[in-house]
Amino acid sequence: MNLNSWKPRGVLPGFGLTMGITLTYLSLIVLIPLAALFLKTSTASWSHIWDAVTNPRVVASYRLTFGASLIGASLNAFFGLIIAWVLVRYSFPGKRVVDALVDLPFALPTAVAGIALTALYAPQGWVGRWLTPLGIQVAFTPLGITLALTFIGLPFVVRTLQPVLESLDPEIEKAAVSLGANRWQTLSRVIFPTLLPAWITGVSLAFARALGEYGSVVFIAGNMPMKTEITTLLIITKLEQYDYTGATAIATVMLIASFLMLLVVNQLQAYAGRHRNH
Amino acid sequence: MKPESNIPTGGDAHLRALTEPPWVRRSLIVAALLFIGFFLVLPLVMVFASALAKGFQFYFDAIREPMALAAIRLTLLASFISVVLNTLFGLAAAWSITRFEFKGKSLLITLIDLPFTVSPVISGLIYVLMFGLQGWFGPWLSDHNLQIIFAVPGIILATVFVTFPFVARELIPLMQEQGTEEEEAGMVLGATGWQIFLKITLPNIKWGLLYCVILCNARAMGEFGAVSVVSGHIRGLTNTLPLHVEILYNEYNYAAAFSVASLLALVAVGTLILKKIVEYKYTDELKAQKEMTATGGEAP
Amino acid sequence: MSIEVRGLTKVFNGFTAVDGINLKIETGSLVAILGPSGSGKSTLLRMIAGLETPDKGEILLTGREATHVAAKERNVGFVFQHYALFKHMTVFENIAFGLRVRKDPEDEIRNRVFELLNLVQLQGLEKRYPSQLSGGQRQRVAVARALAPRPTVLLLDEPFGALDAKVREELRDWVAKLHEESHVTTLFVTHDQHEALEVANRILVMNHGRIEQEGTPLEIFDEPATHFIAQFVGESNYIETTVSEPGLAVWGPIRFAVEGQAVGQRIRIYFRPNDVYVTGDFETLQVRAQIVKTRFKGPVIELRLHLGEERYIFAHVPKGVSLASGFKEGQDVWAGITAYHTFPVDPGEYQGAGI
Repeated sequence: MNLNSWKPRGVLPGFGLTMGITLTYLSLIVLIPLAALFLKTSTASWSHIWDAVTNPRVVASYRLTFGASLIGASLNAFFGLIIAWVLVRYSFPGKRVVDALVDLPFALPTAVAGIALTALYAPQGWVGRWLTPLGIQVAFTPLGITLALTFIGLPFVVRTLQPVLESLDPEIEKAAVSLGANRWQTLSRVIFPTLLPAWITGVSLAFARALGEYGSVVFIAGNMPMKTEITTLLIITKLEQYDYTGATAIATVMLIASFLMLLVVNQLQAYAGRHRNH
Repeated sequence: MKPESNIPTGGDAHLRALTEPPWVRRSLIVAALLFIGFFLVLPLVMVFASALAKGFQFYFDAIREPMALAAIRLTLLASFISVVLNTLFGLAAAWSITRFEFKGKSLLITLIDLPFTVSPVISGLIYVLMFGLQGWFGPWLSDHNLQIIFAVPGIILATVFVTFPFVARELIPLMQEQGTEEEEAGMVLGATGWQIFLKITLPNIKWGLLYCVILCNARAMGEFGAVSVVSGHIRGLTNTLPLHVEILYNEYNYAAAFSVASLLALVAVGTLILKKIVEYKYTDELKAQKEMTATGGEAP
Repeated sequence: MSIEVRGLTKVFNGFTAVDGINLKIETGSLVAILGPSGSGKSTLLRMIAGLETPDKGEILLTGREATHVAAKERNVGFVFQHYALFKHMTVFENIAFGLRVRKDPEDEIRNRVFELLNLVQLQGLEKRYPSQLSGGQRQRVAVARALAPRPTVLLLDEPFGALDAKVREELRDWVAKLHEESHVTTLFVTHDQHEALEVANRILVMNHGRIEQEGTPLEIFDEPATHFIAQFVGESNYIETTVSEPGLAVWGPIRFAVEGQAVGQRIRIYFRPNDVYVTGDFETLQVRAQIVKTRFKGPVIELRLHLGEERYIFAHVPKGVSLASGFKEGQDVWAGITAYHTFPVDPGEYQGAGI
């Protein structure tokens, strides 16, 4: 191995200083603390970890968190696409306001979103009061959790789709039309395939964010073990009981799951990209 | 599948196939608006309506209550420190990544992105593991009468962690796209590293930098999960605004909770507006720059 | 000696951009490095400026070792193809930059900047921003900026590549005049042979990371040293044939006197279209030809001549002469080649005759 290839190349000054700051700060704030997590898990006995991670209550939380996140991400996949399309392609009064609003879940503190959603969907809430006579309960049920997770995932889909939509070459659509395609064919064969990688990225980001979400969900969830308890809350509960091992074990499972998801998403993107580019 | 190849002859047919039929367009717009209205606008309105449910006087009292003021101060402190530290880091990281070639660059970028992918609760957890009573440094800290977890330093640390990548991941593509020519020119003309950075680089990235600061600040102020884990919820001492909101809510003091929450909501709305403004300034500049380097033709 | 380079080499990821180059640039000269894209000329220039580090070799500036000296210590001026003006500074501040970073006194800076504004003929524009200038103006600001700190050497990297044709021509004259007034050693890089031939007093032709020939514009044009230069500079016909007798090669009806090639050696003969002399009446050493196509090329008319048995060559005839002689398609004429260059060909390297 040629060691010279490890030397930094570039004529501008300042590499040593900036790289030094970067690596030091990165290690102190991110790498070492994350290492602490994995180390802590590794000090516990395997059976201990296994019990903590496969406890029925914990498994129930996995199912709930995963399922609600998936549904939320799917809703966002569908509506996020429509919203991105509408914002880029059409004009209508108030478009700029709507465009700014899309970022609200990013900008609004999760706790504020949490209490607002709970108040809205509680039995006496603005929306809840219409649903109670119909026998539909939203707050303190998995349905409420799903709604909250939909709220926080929306910007991810819209914001990853928008730049791609904006940079679409209108000439390509005109070419398709001149070759005889109708609108639906142009959309499905020409435009959507181009959007696919960005769409997958956006949806998986929304999904990943939903999996780890805490603040916006914990108020509306009800937090009943085995029924409406999300995994992140479970971690906090274990911490409050000083069950550090349990908490870190579950946290490690979550981290590994998101890491795996990242890999899957990268593969999907590469697959979609490959098929488009030959 | 029936092949539908009507080669459009008239100009009208040609245009029609370039966009969706009007009824489709209108329904899509309506669907989008309904979704946004229901999921985004409604909760926002809810916050303000509930805050003022008991009248303006109650609202102001709730905000000026000492615990609330302490929470405001702590939130401002934690956000300020996070923004400053992460901005300095972001500048250093962007400089080293975009101005030099070295192996391991994409690994470095992935590592910088890590806090973005980690759940806030886990972000808090890792600091508890390091500095909590049973953590690595726990015994050492309590021997020296220092406290990080369940105290202000812990809150600041957790906030720094969750906002860690914000500045770097915006600056890196920006500085990448701007290219190094101006800085090289400065170098040949005899400028030192600092002179290049202050006089050439910074003016070029000022809007992007402002954008990052706005986003970083919004996230720092609103962080809940991570801070909740490290804070200990000690009123007046280790409560940030979001935590204070939680406490009020759990005590069924809804109007007060929403009053304090409305402050955060105002910051959020302000953030959205500022963000839009900076985006406009920034795209104007980008466009002007692209015109300049395109063909070197006559100025507009 | 302003610039001296010995054995300079630069490799990018296994691709050798600059391959062991040696050159010497006299103080006060105006030199062009001419070559196609990818020939390594920009890389060479950047190494001299200190914007790239060489893998092997040495650079000496005004006799002093400069290979590992930082760019800012080298006292060279550099003009980028895309100007690289500081967009957030006025014209004045751009030009003043090199003086400000040295902390020169304010009044000296003012004087120098206005002196340069006069030199580059941009008086009155000092408060404008680069985005408010035309391409030609921006490039002049870039030159002024590079000259402000009184560098010993001025380096220009394809300085006019990004400009319209007319502006390019104007700036070409302007650079030549500037050099006469300032006497700064100037080295510029270009792929445009007209630029090199018109402006420089010495040309170095580069290809594949090496210098193929060095000389005055006339030498390069009239006496190309290699196949590449014969084809790259000016327009060319070429034909391939074999030396049939000592000192003689034949191609169809034309007999070429060749020197220094062994009998049986395969050779290529290059000749310019405007070295093909065409007349309506026979003159000595000419052969019969038929005009198969005429094409208007501005100041010259291009004639495609058929010499029998699928042999074609191009001739350029001044428009006036062509009109006076009444050349038209289908006409029979007489043609003779007044200048040509011969190069040996490695077996199997090139195939067939080409026009």
